[in-house]
Amino acid sequence: MPEQLLYAMEVTLNGLMAGVMYSLVALGFVLIFKASGVFNYAQGVLALFAALTLVGLKNGQIPFAHVINAIFGTDLHTFGWKLPALLAILLAAGVMVLLAVIIEKLVLKHLVSQAPIILFMATIGLAYFLEGLGDVMWGADIKKLDVGLPQGISETIETLTDRWFGYGFFIDNLDIVATLVAVVLVASLTIFSQYSKQGRALRAVADDHQAALSVGISLRFIWVLVWSIAGFVALVAGIMWGTKSGVQFSLSLIALKALPVLMLGGFTSIPGAIVGGLIIGVGEKLFEFSIGPMVGGATENWFAYVLALLFLVFRPQGLFGEKIIERV
Amino acid sequence: MKTKFVSLVVAGMCAAAPAMADLVIPNLSYRTGAYAPGGIPYADGFNDYFALLNARDGGIGGEKISVPECETAYNTEKGVECYEATKGLGSLVYNPLSTGITYQLIPKALADKIPLYTPGYGRTSAANGKVFEWVFNYPANYWDGASVAIKYLLDQNGGDLAGKKIALIYHNSAYGKEPIRTLQDLAAKHGFTLSELPVDAPGQEQKSQWLQIRRDKPDYVLMWGWGVMNQVAVQEAANIKFPMENFIGVWWSGSENDVVPAGAGADGYKSLAMHGTGMDYPVYADLKQYVYDAGNASGNGDQIGSVLYSRGVYAAMVIAEAARKAQELAGTSAINAVQMRDGLEALEITEERMAELGLPNFGQPFAASCVDHGGPGAAMLQQWDATAQKWNLITGFIAPDQEVLDPLIIADSEAFAAEAGITQRCN
Amino acid sequence: MLYREAGDFKTTYSEDSQTFPIRFDRLGFYVTLLVAFGLVPLFINDYWANAVFVPFLIYAIAAIGLNILVGYAGQVSLGTGGFMAVGAYAVYKLMTSFPDVPVLIHVLLAGGITALVGVLFGLPSLRIKGFYLAVATLAAQFFLVWLFNKVPWFYNYSASGQITVPQSKMLGFYVTGAQTSASAKYLFCLVILTLLAVIARNLTRGTVGRKWMAIRDMDIAAEIIGVNPLNAKLTAFAVSSFFIGVAGALFFAVYLGAAEVTEAFGIQKSFLILFMVIIGGLGSIFGSFAGAAFLVLLPVFLKNVLVGQLGWPTDLAAHLELMIVGALIVGFLIAEPHGMAQLWRLAKEKLRLWPFPH
Repeated sequence: MPEQLLYAMEVTLNGLMAGVMYSLVALGFVLIFKASGVFNYAQGVLALFAALTLVGLKNGQIPFAHVINAIFGTDLHTFGWKLPALLAILLAAGVMVLLAVIIEKLVLKHLVSQAPIILFMATIGLAYFLEGLGDVMWGADIKKLDVGLPQGISETIETLTDRWFGYGFFIDNLDIVATLVAVVLVASLTIFSQYSKQGRALRAVADDHQAALSVGISLRFIWVLVWSIAGFVALVAGIMWGTKSGVQFSLSLIALKALPVLMLGGFTSIPGAIVGGLIIGVGEKLFEFSIGPMVGGATENWFAYVLALLFLVFRPQGLFGEKIIERV
Repeated sequence: MKTKFVSLVVAGMCAAAPAMADLVIPNLSYRTGAYAPGGIPYADGFNDYFALLNARDGGIGGEKISVPECETAYNTEKGVECYEATKGLGSLVYNPLSTGITYQLIPKALADKIPLYTPGYGRTSAANGKVFEWVFNYPANYWDGASVAIKYLLDQNGGDLAGKKIALIYHNSAYGKEPIRTLQDLAAKHGFTLSELPVDAPGQEQKSQWLQIRRDKPDYVLMWGWGVMNQVAVQEAANIKFPMENFIGVWWSGSENDVVPAGAGADGYKSLAMHGTGMDYPVYADLKQYVYDAGNASGNGDQIGSVLYSRGVYAAMVIAEAARKAQELAGTSAINAVQMRDGLEALEITEERMAELGLPNFGQPFAASCVDHGGPGAAMLQQWDATAQKWNLITGFIAPDQEVLDPLIIADSEAFAAEAGITQRCN
Repeated sequence: MLYREAGDFKTTYSEDSQTFPIRFDRLGFYVTLLVAFGLVPLFINDYWANAVFVPFLIYAIAAIGLNILVGYAGQVSLGTGGFMAVGAYAVYKLMTSFPDVPVLIHVLLAGGITALVGVLFGLPSLRIKGFYLAVATLAAQFFLVWLFNKVPWFYNYSASGQITVPQSKMLGFYVTGAQTSASAKYLFCLVILTLLAVIARNLTRGTVGRKWMAIRDMDIAAEIIGVNPLNAKLTAFAVSSFFIGVAGALFFAVYLGAAEVTEAFGIQKSFLILFMVIIGGLGSIFGSFAGAAFLVLLPVFLKNVLVGQLGWPTDLAAHLELMIVGALIVGFLIAEPHGMAQLWRLAKEKLRLWPFPH
């Protein structure tokens, strides 16, 4: 096979993997938008907050140590224990549920039936708040996150492809894990929403708030539920991205990578988030590979948006979004 | 109630004024935002060194030093606000630790007659004192760094880089673009091919760039990164099994932050260093006695001895020495910013002086002059040892290739002089 | 008692349709103008100009611009930062190419160029609506920033890609460059802001503005009653981008003096200005001012109280500042989703009845 084609195949594969990583972030957006019509800008910060909490719990950091030290002149840092990864993940998930309850109580409850843009703004306010809170609680320095996920080139794939094509493809083990996790996540979310009672309630609310309320579904419970799930998805995304780059403020900026995915896949579709992620991942990587060198590179950021924009011109509700029906 | 609130508002809008007559050296730091992991240790080192001078020597020349800290979050607007808020305190010199903020302050500093000291960052051509009267960037700048890296590689290859492939992976911003022109000229001179790979900020996703590196198999990769980009790049390099000893970062890509998250994979990664690091210097005994044990360590006190902490100490040390020189020249201990500039320009740091300060061989000796605001520009190479979790210096100071750099510096500074209508001095 | 409309009779149409029909409002407006033009320049110093007034004035221009698009025409845009960058780079290129032309003309031309670019990126709004459009405008944001970062022609081939404003004078005073006095900066921005605000106010209550609002409220219905959506949406994008372009030009040339596109005109800028518009009040010129003032003053105020008065470590203060700003935004939206403009309206209602409420 010609070399260029092999390279393109490798880039495509890696694009698919990168797309999965974007989808993980986009999933959280979709869940919340579908159930409550809130465009949750804070999803990226939720991922940061979840990852910070996870690392903090795992390393036995004392939350707010810096504030306590500043006020009381003490010198506290850690409790001096280290938790096993799994326990820390469970605890962090618990914190995310708690956070969901608090957000519902303090913010969402008071903003029922406001215009979408107001809700959107409220989540940006929330993002600011959580950003500050995360730093105050756990400190702004960079933290290493190691929950035992493999990283680095997958030797099996390299040798296999080398045998087949005479060129070993590069696939990151972490990406493979992320893909598996995403598959499990989507499958369990689908099963949950199709077959469990709460899942059905969730879909009912997504379909029609009013009707769901009138058959006795508690809207507030559903909101807590969906924000908890989104918090959990954020934790998963936080683990994946945090393993790659260490846990620090920049983690919250992955939200920007998820927005074109959402746009392309549609705000209301879980499969859309996945397929959108894959298309964006492949599209931006291939573009950077083929056209990038001609125009000076670093095209990925804008190309993702332009690609999504092109799709939207033909399908204004995204690939899998619900058809927008307008009546006068 | 109302008047109380109004007075609070008014008080709140006016920056607090510390006691006058101190030597005011503001610390424009960033402990929040995307670049906080780099900003925190630097600010801590900077503060702690001055705290030491205050506690041990009673300041500089009998004058207490006050170091008002102002948070910029690496943001130029906040940088401007910080500059304006602290300027009125009688600030002697600014060290904003951001190339973007530096560019902003260069014309302002000229108008306000307050010197800028930007070691290892900022506008490279400020090394030409003929044009940039108020800016100092010794001991080394980006172009020096690029040249030193290439010189080191020449050394490794028996003086010949012809036919070699070198890739530059850089932060797609003013800072990251700085070395490109130098490297292009060096490529022409030494016959290696240079490929440029920009990474958009923040730089969490670098798969395309590293796939390209894996494909093109360059002999060496140089990196001009900052923030999360460094960690991801080191991780990705380890992922594609790029030989880490052929991967060299500039000094801003060579701190513990950058290599620790990648774990064992980062072993062997190299970076430039313009000063020593670690706690093997006598000054740390004093720091411990007067600052840390007294509970006055800046920040959390958990950054002590790290690379960027050392850089903060280095910058503070140079500023303190310049202030001493300025006091000597002015014949008074209460110097102002103009006198401080004279001190910076007449500054000479010798081996003996650094040893006296408890920092033997910490940096390179240099002497500034009216023309030379850039210093000799030499740098060392350090290598990360992942098992010991430690940076080891692997070379002595390597001097840059002034033959290539000088024309570049003169061309760029003259362009600025023409644009800003500056007449050259020192003739 | 003080604030009343009783006895304020109108005898002509033009009196009846003036911007401030109530005498007290009118008086207040003139007093504000008098203070802004007459009093403030006498007392302003570098700190107040650079930390408070100049950013406030410039952000107010941008907020008015965005409010026209979001508040009046109902097209949510997150491309503000990119459009400001167009204004900034346009003014830079114009100033370096034609140094003899007064900078005011350059600034207005930069606004015009931005308007053209805005129309171009406004085209998708004919197909795409709501949040989809908001995210689509991000394409403009990222693409424009990339373009200015990548093409050396835009930054005159400087080594680092930074642009630095040349010095220039108007009426014998420096208005750009480091020699500019605080009051010159302030007045230059104030004059432009006043001019643009008057234009915006009159546009929004005229035919064009009514068309925009019809589109905002229900575009299909508007189309049926004869409003051309293409025309209305694109004029909204053009006018809005003109304002934002002027703001960007001033932001670079007068306020910052040097800029780097990725940092000064990034996505944060887009969000910040959208914040101003929403906190201030959608569809209100006064709201744009209030929102800009709130978000410029609040951080400076909090910082000075926390660090200056209470002496807290700067990092704690910065984090707390974020938390407080975030909490205030959420609190604001809960308390008054229609923004500060609505609060002002309510306050005026109260004042009208004061001191004898029902």
